[in-house]
Amino acid sequence: MSQQQNPFRRYYLPFRGRFDPCPPLGPKVFVVPPNVLTGFQPPDYPQFPPLEALQKGTLWEPFFDYYESPYRK
Amino acid sequence: MAKQLPKEYYVKLEAIQAIDFVIYELVLYLDTHQDDAQAIQQYNYYAAYSNRLKTDFEACYGPLRFGMPVQEQPPWAWAEAPWPWQV
Amino acid sequence: MWSYEKKLMYPVKVSTCNPTLAKYLMEQYGGADGELAAALRYLNQRYTIPDKVIGLLTDIGTEEFAHLEMIATMIYKLTKDATPDQLREAGLAEHYVSHDSALFYNNAAGVPFTASYIQAKGDPIADLYEDIAAEEKARATYQWIIDQSDDPDLNDGLRFLREREIIHAQRFKEAVMLISDDRDQKKVF
Ligand SMILES: [Fe+2]
Repeated sequence: MSQQQNPFRRYYLPFRGRFDPCPPLGPKVFVVPPNVLTGFQPPDYPQFPPLEALQKGTLWEPFFDYYESPYRK
Repeated sequence: MAKQLPKEYYVKLEAIQAIDFVIYELVLYLDTHQDDAQAIQQYNYYAAYSNRLKTDFEACYGPLRFGMPVQEQPPWAWAEAPWPWQV
Repeated sequence: MWSYEKKLMYPVKVSTCNPTLAKYLMEQYGGADGELAAALRYLNQRYTIPDKVIGLLTDIGTEEFAHLEMIATMIYKLTKDATPDQLREAGLAEHYVSHDSALFYNNAAGVPFTASYIQAKGDPIADLYEDIAAEEKARATYQWIIDQSDDPDLNDGLRFLREREIIHAQRFKEAVMLISDDRDQKKVF
């Protein structure tokens, strides 16, 4: 999933001063993980099958958030 | 350590890790959802399944669980390598 | 009591011989938001928290020790066959002169672990909020380590650990809701 489509990413643009020495990095990304957007977990949440759950690090589909470095091209 | 582990060791171990992981996730869920009968049922299903997988694994590769019955003949396999970080 | 199970929680793999990554991983071994701090924090707080969330603190605290063992495994694999020269190039000469390749509870900058990384206020809301913050900080730390690492197998294990922080934060949030809910206050006392 590209960073732009990830529902668990937010962006802000830091103020740029006239004397900033480095070329701008552009929008700064931060993570708003699924737990922040969820209240008490409702019953019957969809589950991954066991091997996939292990690989993903959670049994619960809605809580999965794959992380890739935003700087990796 | 002279003995080399067969590929099957890793496959079987990962199957156990997967089932135990589901159990762990269900436990944390149940810790905050103590009245979810369906999750308790699921927990019991995977707990029994994990026990079967581990009993099978231990017969081939030695003990995983502390305090379980072991084979009568020495050596004392619990203290033998490989340890988890070595495999 | 605790008893040991002779397996890792997750199959840890490392594909490249790059001891510099071991130095970064020490942040999660003996650092302020690392797995040792997490385990000790939760297991210590459980003595002064309402009964209905003691189970959760016990189980998450126990899981943190399994994570600590995974981090130790990563560091071990990255350093066990490294020569003193390789360790020096990795920025681990200072570590080497004190510890050889032994693991030690310090952070990526070599600062030793201290109990002041963790809190126990005895106030259930304050403690659970600290726990939620600790999980988010650990999640962020995993992100920054993944940003610095180009080892795909190592990153796979780090992604697992990062995802666990998300689940733990979720459960701690639920714990706050459980103890804040006054529905069954009357029948308890
Ligand atoms: Fe955690």
